Amino acid sequence: MRLPLSEHGYGTHQVVLPPSDQTRHDNDEIPLQKRLDLYRSLQEMRQFEKRAYDLFMRQLVKGTSHLSLGMEAISAGFGAAMRADDLTFATYRGHAHTLARGVPMTPVLAELLGRSNGLMAGKGGSMHLTSVEHGVLGSYAIIGAHLTIANGAAWSAQYRGSGQVTVCFFGDGTTNIGAFHEALNYAAVYKLPVVFVCENNLYMEYTSIADITAVAHPAADRAAAYGLQSQIIDGNDADEVYGTATAAIERARRGEGPSLVEALTYRHGGHSRADPGKYRPSAEVEAWKQYDPIPVYRGRLLRLGVDEADLDVIDKEVAAAVDLATQEAIAGDLPDPASAFTDLWADGGSSWRN
Amino acid sequence: MAELTYRDAVARGIAQEMRRDERVVMIGEDVAGAGGVFKTTVGLLDEFGPKRVIDTPISEQAILGAAMGAAMTGLRPVAEIMFSDFFAVCWDIVVNEIAKTRYMTNGQITIPLVIKTGNGGGLRFGAQHSQAIENWAMAVPGLKVVTPSTPRDVVGLMAAAVRSDDPVLFFEHKGLYSMKGEVPDGEIIDELGTAVVRRAGTDATILSLGLTVGRALDAAGQLAERGIQAEVIDVRSLVPLDTRTILGSLAKTGRLFTVEENPRLLGWGAEIASIAAEECFWDLDGPIQRITTPHIPLPSADSLEDLVLPSADVVATAVEKALQS
Ligand SMILES: Cc1ncc(C[n+]2csc(CCOP(=O)(O)OP(=O)(O)O)c2C)c(N)n1
Repeated sequence: MRLPLSEHGYGTHQVVLPPSDQTRHDNDEIPLQKRLDLYRSLQEMRQFEKRAYDLFMRQLVKGTSHLSLGMEAISAGFGAAMRADDLTFATYRGHAHTLARGVPMTPVLAELLGRSNGLMAGKGGSMHLTSVEHGVLGSYAIIGAHLTIANGAAWSAQYRGSGQVTVCFFGDGTTNIGAFHEALNYAAVYKLPVVFVCENNLYMEYTSIADITAVAHPAADRAAAYGLQSQIIDGNDADEVYGTATAAIERARRGEGPSLVEALTYRHGGHSRADPGKYRPSAEVEAWKQYDPIPVYRGRLLRLGVDEADLDVIDKEVAAAVDLATQEAIAGDLPDPASAFTDLWADGGSSWRN
Repeated sequence: MAELTYRDAVARGIAQEMRRDERVVMIGEDVAGAGGVFKTTVGLLDEFGPKRVIDTPISEQAILGAAMGAAMTGLRPVAEIMFSDFFAVCWDIVVNEIAKTRYMTNGQITIPLVIKTGNGGGLRFGAQHSQAIENWAMAVPGLKVVTPSTPRDVVGLMAAAVRSDDPVLFFEHKGLYSMKGEVPDGEIIDELGTAVVRRAGTDATILSLGLTVGRALDAAGQLAERGIQAEVIDVRSLVPLDTRTILGSLAKTGRLFTVEENPRLLGWGAEIASIAAEECFWDLDGPIQRITTPHIPLPSADSLEDLVLPSADVVATAVEKALQS
């Protein structure tokens, strides 16, 4: 659905909404337990990030942080479709993608707080979450670079015959940088087992993607030019994402090469920090909030006969987990000052002369 | 012992490592079928096949991103950037990704990667194909930087670079590709971070790298005729830096000269001069002197390029003048 917004200050911008039919995946063949896991995953991302925001407002999380409130269905759906040894490449907006691979909340939150029990012991921060153990090969803060790096991980999997698939997330704004175009061609030429996932939340930073991009679907419209199969999906419906992800990953695993998914979604908040996102028309924000992935999914579960009380239990368990993670993270020591001088080099040190 | 050109030594060094370790793979523009634009990868495709020696599109960011991602996940790639000037096109991947990732991930990710490239002037290619950029790389924490000056060292340092678990920028000097030299048979492995004294002397220490090693040696020959015994050091590796050899020589001679191809501002000689001034001031018998190109892009015409690249005559004159004053 598209509603023209004539009074929008940024030109002929349109409100873009996903299809209003929220029941179309009700009958997908997804085991109920998988759906309950997906629901829990959505809740974990939502509640974790709300806590991260609170801690940011209390000035306990420093620097910056980029939340994906409202965009959780994409991380959850892909996380559920990936094999344990598959590889994730994310952006600075990577909290949810990291949790989706099974990384525990405490080290993620502790990293945001700059503590020694953080995922990188305070040397990475919110924008650089990495857990090799969980196949999370990093979040990358320079737009576009990681698409090329994801290709390398996919090439290595292909070379080693490991059967691993690499999933690489990025935003709509990223499609206008050169590395995106180099990476797509490169992946297609060598038929790499990589799935590129554009989380199209309609804005780059503070500018509508429609105002600065020559094509309507910034990722999908260009993918074909590089020989990639692509599809545009409703990124707010976890089942739609899960189904799409499963098919794309299987295809890559069969050796049929890369593909691209453009998932339409919306961030509830601003780009980063305390950005209120005022550059977005309020009608648009409201319309999308009606299509919040969590109530959408909850509604489906209820239609499928799940007890409301059972879902409430999940919500409460997640809330308790977030509280516990907060306590554990805050209780962490500050990093050992000596650690600032370790791990530049593979010998563990940082010395550049004898 | 075989006589090899510097360019053949590059292929020999890579082949030595590819034979030893299946994880070593080679990618770059024209490196497979054509054997490299400078013919530095001739024979690799025939011996190791298209799975391990791969021609890429002209996509410097994609090349280095792929090399990094592969290095993170179990391979040991050698990637070629045709001319070092083109690093400007993929500098983000080099500086922000390859160099920082190990540190930022608190050691979770190791990047055993070699990026080889044709560097430096002397071939009349003009300003966009002639720069010496090893000082750009030296300024970035997380990158190792080597520049061999002889065919033998090409093999030994290439082996060390491939076996290093850290990312190494391997600067081949374009002006040396056709130079011939003796290369011993069998496996050769050097150690990164080791400078070599190419000529012993007592009156002055001349530091040189890549192309300037030969010029410094020629200058030392001229100086010897005038009764000045100059010690010539081939720095070989800027990161890690062998300050022990360099400062040890300075302690003996009391005079330090650096001969570099970089434009005047912030070349590697400036860093070494500053270390010497900080740590060995009382060993110095006179001001440190840096012999560089002027702070200009390199011109193309023979007469102009020769004028601005440090020549043996310029080096000899500078040293002699300084010692007389
Ligand atoms: C090369 C580069 N240019 C600019 C920036 C600054 N920047 C950070 S996020 C961002 C917007 C990216 O938008 P998009 O790709 O749509 O991702 P989203 O933030 O919506 O997830 C920009 C411009 C950057 N990090 N890197």
